Amino acid sequence: MNAPLPLPLRVSMKAPAHPVLTRPGWVAYVITAYVVLVLIPSAYLLLPAGHPLHLSDYFVTLTGKIMCYAMVALAMDLIWGYAGILSLGHGLFFALGGYAMGMYLMRSIGHDGVYHSDLPDFMVFLDWKTYPWYWSLTDHFWFAALLVVLAPGVLAFVFGYFAFRSRIKGVYFSIITQALTYAFMLLFFRNDTGFGGNNGFTDFKRILGFPIAAPSTRAALFIATGIALLGALLLCRYIVTSKLGRVLTAIRDAESRAMFIGYNPLWYKLFVWTLSAVLCGIAGALYVPQVGIINPGEMSPANSIEIAIWTAVGGRGTLVGPIAGAFLVNGAKSWFTQAFPEFWLFFLGLLFVLVTLFLPSGVIGLVHRRPWRKAS
Amino acid sequence: MSALHTVDSGAAGISGMRVAGAGVDTTHGPILYLDGITVSFDGFKALNDLSLTIEDGELRCIIGPNGAGKTTMMDVITGKTRPDAGTAFFGQTIDLTLLTEPQIAHAGIGRKFQKPTVFEQHTVFENLELAMKADKRVRGTYRARLSSVDLDRIADTLGQIQLADNAGRLAGALSHGQKQWLEIGMLLMQEPRLLLLDEPVAGMTDDETMRTAELCQSLAGRHSVVVVEHDMDFIAKIARKVTVLHEGSVLAEGPMDVVQADPRVIEVYLGR
Repeated sequence: MNAPLPLPLRVSMKAPAHPVLTRPGWVAYVITAYVVLVLIPSAYLLLPAGHPLHLSDYFVTLTGKIMCYAMVALAMDLIWGYAGILSLGHGLFFALGGYAMGMYLMRSIGHDGVYHSDLPDFMVFLDWKTYPWYWSLTDHFWFAALLVVLAPGVLAFVFGYFAFRSRIKGVYFSIITQALTYAFMLLFFRNDTGFGGNNGFTDFKRILGFPIAAPSTRAALFIATGIALLGALLLCRYIVTSKLGRVLTAIRDAESRAMFIGYNPLWYKLFVWTLSAVLCGIAGALYVPQVGIINPGEMSPANSIEIAIWTAVGGRGTLVGPIAGAFLVNGAKSWFTQAFPEFWLFFLGLLFVLVTLFLPSGVIGLVHRRPWRKAS
Repeated sequence: MSALHTVDSGAAGISGMRVAGAGVDTTHGPILYLDGITVSFDGFKALNDLSLTIEDGELRCIIGPNGAGKTTMMDVITGKTRPDAGTAFFGQTIDLTLLTEPQIAHAGIGRKFQKPTVFEQHTVFENLELAMKADKRVRGTYRARLSSVDLDRIADTLGQIQLADNAGRLAGALSHGQKQWLEIGMLLMQEPRLLLLDEPVAGMTDDETMRTAELCQSLAGRHSVVVVEHDMDFIAKIARKVTVLHEGSVLAEGPMDVVQADPRVIEVYLGR
């Protein structure tokens, strides 16, 4: 070795801290977990119907449903906010997870369908005598659970591999994802595809042997959704606060620089893309038993665009923001569609325009702008 | 050879990027051979039978008018562009035309772009952390933690590029010259054997240019350095051997004063 260069000075360095959650963040997280996992189910199950703090079926189902949407928005933020990949086909992965769970729920109906047959009503209607091969094993919950992860995961992996390897980016990628979900919607609309055509799956009776509409089952599904959402949030925080997260944003901001210092963007994009799709699939699987129906409408391009709106309204690249965005937009939707049903889409469009113009960092940006918070 | 830090086998096999051998074989002297490289874009020959050899530890300056093929040559060396004909070898054994950009980076070639390209949403510190030689696969990156050795390396590089006081600033907030230095610092963190610097002093003040010249000179010997530049004062200050490119091939090569006196060079470039 030569004598080292004369160095001006060596500053003693401390590695910058990248906490998974800050201390106030952990406090908020634990409080939210307590409310979602303990208080709401208790107020729903234990308090009598007349009690002022009793929560209705409607409230619990609606909140559970929105938590599923929030998980999708979170998954969307992981790839859009952190990796800069705008997917306009995330509704597809959500629907695939939902269909996988739906197959299990259909088989759990048993002989209690309208035709009292071994087969689901729509197959009887089509005059089918046996289940198609791809329905095999779906009467087992474990297999359905596996399918919930694998169907969106494998599709996303294969699609992503070819798209990212070909270096398809930006608006071109968005358009292809939009086309993908549209193509699947058309496929699932066909009766011959074997997934109930445009009616999809509905009239579920039970899940794991429990009656599906019973309050205790609803509460259990609500808690499961809460655990999934809170777990997914923590997982995403772990990823984005690791060096991996910094590589993702580096690829987002200057892909060629990242390549020339030795990172292969393909595997990074493919990893978050597939993880994001799997999270959507799990959200879809939790959604279907709570809402009681899954049909190809979930794959419509408009649905996927709405997911992007929740994420943008909440605030991209913040993880918590899109969760808030999903609650805000869907809360407003359920109120609006009752009060002024014909104006909902106008309102949604207006909201999107206003947020883009005045709140570029989303609703969560308002919180960060508070004067008593130090600039980050 | 003692002047060169050895590339240990663990590091060369880094991340299973399928780089052949245990590092760069420079036993015969040269670290980079380009032979008969031709690149055409729609019939236009950006590089025309270009042959060039860079010795290990050398500081080489490459000049030439716009469109002479300087940047295209960098693209070929770093795997961004595949040549239509010719061979490009890094050391004796590594065929650059078969590798992808990240693989070439792992093999030990660092590149600074013409336009300074840093991660603007990351701090100066994080830019260096990301560039640091390490396992750059997804799983290894997820698990990565900074050791005290890593912190010292980052601190040393911060000193070398004179950004120690700006370690916590966002790279996007740096001045143009500071971004150029940060990018050079990122290259150094990769511990490359060969550094390609595309216009390192573009947009710099005279003072910054002088300091960059010192930096480039201090790098030669420990690394092989190829500098592409338009700034003749800068070249005159650092140059030992100069290569003049013209219309995609080498027009002249030699010490600065010899090249400057060459009538063909004066005609196509210096005289203008």
